[in-house]
Amino acid sequence: MTTETVKKQRWKLNLRDRFQDLPKPARIAAMVVFVVLLYLLPTKAFYENLGFPIPIGSGYLPFYTTGSDMAGVLFQCGYYILLALGLNVVLGYAGLLDLGFFGFFAVGAYTVALLTSPESKLITEYNWLESPWPWLVTVPIAIALAMLSGVLLGWPTLRLRGDYLAIVTLGFAEIIRIVAKNQDWILNGDRGIPSVGHPPGTWPDGEAIFDLEFTPYYWLVLTVIIAVIFLIRNLANSRVGRAWVAIREDEDAAELMGVPTFKFKLWAFAIGAAIGGLSGSLWAGQANFVNSNTFSLENSILVLAAVLLGGAGSIGGAILGGFIVIYLPEWLRSVGDVFGWPTQVEIAGIHIDVSPTSLRFVIFGALLIVVMIYRPQGLWPNRRRAAELKDRQKEVAPVE
Amino acid sequence: MNFDDLIQGFPDLTTTGLAQGSIYALVALGYTLVYGVLRLINFAHSEVFMFGTFAALWTWGLMGYDSNSTRPDLGTALLLILVSLVVASLFSGGVAMVVEAVAYRPLRKRNAPPLVFLISAIGASFVLAELMGAFTERRQQGIPGLLPGEPLFSAGGWTVYPLQLMTFVVALAVMFGLDWFVSKTRFGRGIRAVAQDADTAALMGVNKGRVIALVFLLGGLLAGVAAVFYSMKQGNTRFNVGFLIGLKAFSAAVLGGIGNLRGALLGGLLLGLVESYGAALFGSNWTNVIAFVVLLVLLMFRPTGLLGESLGRARA
Amino acid sequence: MSERKALLEVDNVTLRFGGVVALNQVDFTLYEGEILGLIGPNGAGKTTCFNAMTGVYLPTEGQIRFKGEQVSGKKRNKITKMGMARTFQNIRLFPEMTALENVLVGADAHNTTSVPTALLRLPKHWREERQSKARALELLDFVGITGRSDDLARNLSYGDQRRLEIARALATNPALLCLDEPAAGFNPAEKVALLELIKKIRDSGVTVLLIEHDMRLVMGVTDRIVVLEFGRKIAEGTPEEVRDNPKVVAAYLGVPDAA
Repeated sequence: MTTETVKKQRWKLNLRDRFQDLPKPARIAAMVVFVVLLYLLPTKAFYENLGFPIPIGSGYLPFYTTGSDMAGVLFQCGYYILLALGLNVVLGYAGLLDLGFFGFFAVGAYTVALLTSPESKLITEYNWLESPWPWLVTVPIAIALAMLSGVLLGWPTLRLRGDYLAIVTLGFAEIIRIVAKNQDWILNGDRGIPSVGHPPGTWPDGEAIFDLEFTPYYWLVLTVIIAVIFLIRNLANSRVGRAWVAIREDEDAAELMGVPTFKFKLWAFAIGAAIGGLSGSLWAGQANFVNSNTFSLENSILVLAAVLLGGAGSIGGAILGGFIVIYLPEWLRSVGDVFGWPTQVEIAGIHIDVSPTSLRFVIFGALLIVVMIYRPQGLWPNRRRAAELKDRQKEVAPVE
Repeated sequence: MNFDDLIQGFPDLTTTGLAQGSIYALVALGYTLVYGVLRLINFAHSEVFMFGTFAALWTWGLMGYDSNSTRPDLGTALLLILVSLVVASLFSGGVAMVVEAVAYRPLRKRNAPPLVFLISAIGASFVLAELMGAFTERRQQGIPGLLPGEPLFSAGGWTVYPLQLMTFVVALAVMFGLDWFVSKTRFGRGIRAVAQDADTAALMGVNKGRVIALVFLLGGLLAGVAAVFYSMKQGNTRFNVGFLIGLKAFSAAVLGGIGNLRGALLGGLLLGLVESYGAALFGSNWTNVIAFVVLLVLLMFRPTGLLGESLGRARA
Repeated sequence: MSERKALLEVDNVTLRFGGVVALNQVDFTLYEGEILGLIGPNGAGKTTCFNAMTGVYLPTEGQIRFKGEQVSGKKRNKITKMGMARTFQNIRLFPEMTALENVLVGADAHNTTSVPTALLRLPKHWREERQSKARALELLDFVGITGRSDDLARNLSYGDQRRLEIARALATNPALLCLDEPAAGFNPAEKVALLELIKKIRDSGVTVLLIEHDMRLVMGVTDRIVVLEFGRKIAEGTPEEVRDNPKVVAAYLGVPDAA
């Protein structure tokens, strides 16, 4: 080993291992401080107290029509991080390429919408329900339905090889979208379902907590994220997580060692779907309006990009990826606004939309390619995954 | 289920199905060629096709014809079609080769696992589609009508349109050309060798990199041809038309036997027919679902498809 | 002779791959408590036989029965749970897992903790983790690689990797352990140690089926031998009987040309 490699290794060791070396109380304290900081992020007062001349984001992120600010973007980051965490279980842990993951989000969102909206056809046309249900009650139902759809999707397809699984999940999600768009009997296609319910709760002065302001939604999703991380880690550090790693590293050998591979692959799908559905129900709680554009393929790819950019197989990677994929284009756009970057350009009479948020998919599609070539383990990788990929690179590269 | 429509319209449905199937077959060949040689589903192929449609549109635009023009006379129409075939196939072929060089070759050099290839493929597909979307403001673009709209002949309820006949004949001709190329020429032998055993082929002096580039080029050329006929039939195109056509064409390739050239032809035509009859039976809303159900059922019960063989063992 | 219980019955098994006949009416029985050797020149079908036994291949004709029950056609992890475990000719450990984790995967074979239990950290999870870990450490000790439990499998020495594979297979609590060329690449001292280990395994109550090329090892440790050539069984018997069998000699050394 050259001194270069030794130096690099030592540097890498420092950050992660230095943290691990701290005594447990210190580690917990550090985490608590970090989490408190996260909760404080969208509050303007926080920044003003710190003396930032120009608050990062606030005021530079005109976004939803309610004229919201950074909290709105953070909320979006939040439910995308949840999605990334869910896909991470499917792709990062079990190694299954599901290209229609966003479909589970849609199942969750639609379930909530159908059950909580007073204009839902379940109430107005079919009389299944007498009156809309409260949002909180519909969330477990949404999760359960999403899990069920995950199992239904996985059951026939998980026996297929990786590339076939990919294209089948892709087709599945797209077909669901087309069916939803054309079927009017419940889902109402493009016209969608308005007046979706909100999470409960009132402030002391009687005002609803979950109304127009994004900040309470952000706090809610942040809390959910922390809980979900905790649960996922329980899974990862158990016999289940071990089985997933074994399946990923050598599925045939795993099966011969008694691992029930099909069962655990199906569980991975189910867990991922449940988290996706949870994310969808949280989003629906804020969105007010759900229609078939929710299902679009591009969002599945965005979640995929989030997981892969961050680092498949690592919780930190999923969080980082989910954050980057949403926050970066928004931030670029606001920076662009400050410096006068145009939203449209005209070349030879053709208008081209060059706003960073519109170019988001181009950027992340290209980044996917770049990352796969130069750093397939992602930005914040799971150590094991990174090692697995390095092993392959060291194998004799094929003759050209 | 509407059996009357099916029986009454059978000849018409068959012609429509064959014409549409020819388009699927041409695109399917691209998927099957790349899969046969690289064992990779080239997700970006659908966008290669989509770029072909725009190449045709722009060519006709430059020659003075857009969706508002009156139909030209037959001679001019044929000239326009010929020019666009050349331009679109070269353009698509070029795009395909660029994709290979940028998104796949670096991964081969790094011995990346198949999952990584797939992801890069998806990324490429996305970049291409979204670039075109940004360029065209995601609007649908109208295609000029070129061939005469009157039927070629009409006998006893059976109507055949010039476009349908042309699509079918040109597609068949192109496919026979490809078949000849792969079975009888030196380049074709190289393709078959690499498909069968890449490392040994390399040891025997076959330049694997060049063979792979060639395979992508061929797939692109075929997709370009398909794109021209698709545009004429559909009357419009859009930045995201690639996805659905690609999915169906891939299903057709699997139906015929992935990696099998004749299988792609068979699968494409068959899928076109099944869709056509299915639309009569179940209503046109369900045509897209049909292709997908076919794919799913196939992969579960007979993943080797109808003809089942691979490119390497293509008979001369 | 005491009534020996048949543990594994390979009943007239033929296995065809397209045009190739990999196994041709192979028929032998393995009895509880013995160490049976499966030998033959390269390409004779020994590993194919293993694969058929453990459910990787489905016999074209014939049946394989384990503990009286048919295994051909069963799912692989079910067969392992029935009590048949194996190692691989070219080592197939989980490279990025530690030695301990590799063995734990084997020990998990009979654990029933699934997602709900793990998610909620129910008592069963803690109990099974503790038991599996204890058993795994015991097995690492048994095969002689204590102290390496936290090393990554791919960083172990070749000899230790082979032992680890055996430990992992033993963790599934098998009645029959199938070893596929466990001594390949070993030097003589390591082979002697392996011989002792195999005997120790048998003495602990596990029946052993062994594919091996090294004649001295085979002669030294097996009770009986089955010889395959070109997919057919050409001899069966005690080591002495087989060693002197002209067919076996011919298979390995070839028949001298007519002078």
